[in-house]
Amino acid sequence: MIKFTNVFKAFPKGGLALKDVSFHIAKGEFVFLTGHSGAGKSTVLKLIYAEEPVTSGEVRVSGFNLAELRRKAVPMLRRRLGIVFQDFRLLEDRTAEENVAFALEVTGARRSSIPARVMRVLTQVGLAAKAQAYPRELSGGEQQRVAIARALVNEPTVLLADEPTGNLDERATRGVFQLLRDINASGTAVVMATHDLDLVRQAPYRVIELQEGALVYDSAVDDSRDQAASP
Amino acid sequence: MNLVIREALLAFRRAPLLSTLSVTTIAFSLFVVGLFGLVAVNLQQALRDVAERVEIVTYLLPGTPIETILLAEKDIETFPEVQGAAYVSEDEALRRARRELVEFRDVLRELERNPLPASIEVRLKPRFRDAEHVNEVAERLRGFGFVDDVRFGRDWVENVDRLRQIAAAVGLVVGAAFAAVAIIIIGTTIRMAVLQRSREIAIMRLVGATDGFIRRPFLLQGALKGMLGGLVAVGLSYGAYALIDRWLIHAAFFSREQAVAIVGFGMLIGFFGSAASVGRHLRRV
Repeated sequence: MIKFTNVFKAFPKGGLALKDVSFHIAKGEFVFLTGHSGAGKSTVLKLIYAEEPVTSGEVRVSGFNLAELRRKAVPMLRRRLGIVFQDFRLLEDRTAEENVAFALEVTGARRSSIPARVMRVLTQVGLAAKAQAYPRELSGGEQQRVAIARALVNEPTVLLADEPTGNLDERATRGVFQLLRDINASGTAVVMATHDLDLVRQAPYRVIELQEGALVYDSAVDDSRDQAASP
Repeated sequence: MNLVIREALLAFRRAPLLSTLSVTTIAFSLFVVGLFGLVAVNLQQALRDVAERVEIVTYLLPGTPIETILLAEKDIETFPEVQGAAYVSEDEALRRARRELVEFRDVLRELERNPLPASIEVRLKPRFRDAEHVNEVAERLRGFGFVDDVRFGRDWVENVDRLRQIAAAVGLVVGAAFAAVAIIIIGTTIRMAVLQRSREIAIMRLVGATDGFIRRPFLLQGALKGMLGGLVAVGLSYGAYALIDRWLIHAAFFSREQAVAIVGFGMLIGFFGSAASVGRHLRRV
């Protein structure tokens, strides 16, 4: 589903953002991407959604080899991904419903099918009652739910979340995290970058840790090796 | 409603101030171009009126038979440069002189013999009313055996010629400069509108919008703004023309085609300005 093989990413001004990173994320998996700020979590995500080109190595996402991906094909890749950010990135002058519908409209979805699909995902994230609200009328947690609904509406195979709870209080964090777990339970892979270790400890998911651009820990690899090593 | 149209119109509603500002900026830039255009149109009209008076008078030797003259008149009318030729008999010349030269009326009345020669007055087609062609036709007229003299205001024709050249050169240079300024100002205005929505563009790309999908509403919007600006500019120009015509001098306004050209010019700049701005922006994000 997502495969990094010996990936290097250079900063434009020199230095390496990622050093020889390799991992494989399978369909339906939930993976935490952890590490300090600047460790390279966001860079990994940006490579996955083709915001940044790979310097060397290979990145494969949902059947696309990103090194060969032409600029014109980037939108096609993104329609298979759902992307959620710390700062929500909603269009301020559109209602919750319009924000979600927008993601469908850009893909050229059939007009008549849009309202029902939008309502379905808004219901899924628990915001059906606030479909007509503008982002400024919603709490941070609610805005993030709208963003998640927008990410889900195209039925992505992977949901990428870059510090999705970074701007939220504890209660909203729990709610959004639970929502991501529910989404994963229904079969969508989730890659969540976070430095909230409490959250990471709460759930038995795979953890990939980055430090200064290098992968220093991958629970899927290291723990099985530990188990094999122990008598 | 089509998605592109909806998005383009939404932008007016979402940023009414900026939209109004850009339309106003476009309108005033084009208004300046329009004012210059008005000057050019009126100058041209004035020059045409002056050139209208370019006339070659062919004086005939006394005693030339009328049949010969009428034949020559027909002949002259077939010259490609000639619009018309009119025979003025000696008597007619005298009648005219009495009518037009009021100061000499008494002198003219007491004449025993008509001293005025008969003539053929030759008028050229508008595009041949310059020194070169006038000289050429005059030369040809001199070739007729019964012609005594050929007169035309040589200095006058040459002056009109020079004026025309100066007007054309100034018009071209100043017009191009005004147009360039309008293009730069309108381009900047459109760029502001694009930058103002850069966050939105980034989000569109994130959810999988193609470049074409993002670009189209901007192009339509740019063209619309340009068109509105152009219409306002034509309106302002008309206002200026009406004031001048009423209070200063009798003036001419643009023809329908010229007015449409100004609006079209605005539309084109709006369209291509948007294409350039959005294109540049998309390449960078």
